[in-house]
Amino acid sequence: MVIGGVLVSIPFIWMISSSFKPESEVLAIPPTLFPENPTLDNYIKLFTTMNFAVYLKNTIIVVLCSFIGLLFNAMAGYGFAKYQFKGREKIFYLVLATMMIPGQVTMIPVYLLLNEMGLTNTMTGIVLPGLAVAFSIFLFRQFMTTIPNDLLEAARLDGAGEFYIFFRLVIPIAKPIFAVQGILTFIAGWNSFLWPLIIANDESLYTLSVGLSLLQGQYANNFALQMAGAAFMVVPIIIIFSFFQKYIVEGFTMSGIK
Amino acid sequence: MNKNQFKNRHPYMFIAPAVILLTVFSIIPILIAFVISFTDLNLKGLADWSTITFIGLENYKELLSDETFLKSVYNTAFYVVIGVPLVIISSLSIALMLNYGSNWLFSTFRAVFYMPSITNIIAVAVIWGYLYNTEYGLFNYLLSLLSVENIPWLQEPTLAKLSLIILAVWKGIGINMIIFLAALQGIPKSYYEAARMDGANRLQVLFHVTLPLLRYATFFVTITTLIGWMQFFEEPFVMTDGGPLNGTLSIALFIYKEGFQFSEFGYAAAGSFVLFIMIIIVTLIQFKFRKSETEY
Repeated sequence: MVIGGVLVSIPFIWMISSSFKPESEVLAIPPTLFPENPTLDNYIKLFTTMNFAVYLKNTIIVVLCSFIGLLFNAMAGYGFAKYQFKGREKIFYLVLATMMIPGQVTMIPVYLLLNEMGLTNTMTGIVLPGLAVAFSIFLFRQFMTTIPNDLLEAARLDGAGEFYIFFRLVIPIAKPIFAVQGILTFIAGWNSFLWPLIIANDESLYTLSVGLSLLQGQYANNFALQMAGAAFMVVPIIIIFSFFQKYIVEGFTMSGIK
Repeated sequence: MNKNQFKNRHPYMFIAPAVILLTVFSIIPILIAFVISFTDLNLKGLADWSTITFIGLENYKELLSDETFLKSVYNTAFYVVIGVPLVIISSLSIALMLNYGSNWLFSTFRAVFYMPSITNIIAVAVIWGYLYNTEYGLFNYLLSLLSVENIPWLQEPTLAKLSLIILAVWKGIGINMIIFLAALQGIPKSYYEAARMDGANRLQVLFHVTLPLLRYATFFVTITTLIGWMQFFEEPFVMTDGGPLNGTLSIALFIYKEGFQFSEFGYAAAGSFVLFIMIIIVTLIQFKFRKSETEY
């Protein structure tokens, strides 16, 4: 197990170590495990010669927008869980059916749709298609069904409006599921790649992932710079992950196969 | 009456944003993809709709005789046949190991094994591209210590496919391991006690109690992994761009290239439908098997 663990971490260790090496040392044979002349140059270069600050800003916008999507998903989950209405089952099955559609099939038509709407090469075009996620709606619905109806009825008798109930009563109760989904949403937004790549033509709209793949093409032999870029993307996730590990794993157990 | 009508609107107001978005960006696109797969829509057609013509099954016929497409089907099959069993065996064995204890050491290693699956795939591909580098990569250096000749990890078609599989297995273990762990922890202890009373040793318990009970989890993991591998895309895109000699080109990458590099939208849509049909078949098989009472 220990050997396996070490094997699994090699790429990460190598990434971090190489990212602090000057360009010449990365290509040294035999390679050095620890940088002999540790330097921050690579990281500085990411921001001065590459547009990593712009990519970072775009990525953060994508992440923030996906949280609006998270709210939509929670609302839909609540709607499906706690209301009786005409067509509920049918619409819910329609939502579930979208989970099975592979991205490659919708990729081209969605591009054509956004092109007709004039949304290609805009931030709206990048974030809009990803806002609603069927799987997330499903998880929210599963959780919301466990909220007692009496509680909602009591609030209604006190004269609370439906949206007031949702925002003031349901959301606080649903905090655990929001935590899990929030982390997953963050990771998904942070890692978003294919869609920004397709929709954005301007470098000013690229996300970090797209920027990094660009970097790999342009500086094919500057591995130190590439490793710094990779580390810049991976380390925040690792930090967030180590803080919230318990919740993420619970989230999968909860959502998993049972 | 009026108030009642208003009240009935609430559920729709709650589900509307998400449902409308899903309809516009998932359901309608399926229909569009289906229609344009029978047309010759390309960049010209995008600018001027009148140049688009309906060509029936022409795209599908062309796909079947397109060597590049057939190559991508072969490669995808290669990825699935070798990659899926590898992922399942490694994630299951790691889950079994991690299930033996629950102290800090085990939870640390659980995190370590899980880590690759949440990290950014592009970053991962960039890192592995460096590790695999023929001259400067760590792998070839380590092998040179064992006096093994430099291996052209990404430069020989079959080897490049295998290299991408190793990377994808490394990344795929985490999430499946968590699913197996959850299933393992759901098995009631009484089964193990009974087995021990009957004098079964560890291996016997593994093969006659644990593994049969894990059948459903294994099946679930197999299907989801299978579907995932059928859509294999980022790794070949970043590391090899489908090369050498289309040796790592997957169906998903083929669709992307036809659609967004050559702007042959109709043709790419036809390719995506072929992939979709394959995935539907796999999904239907999943529905055929249903979870029985005593499996976890």
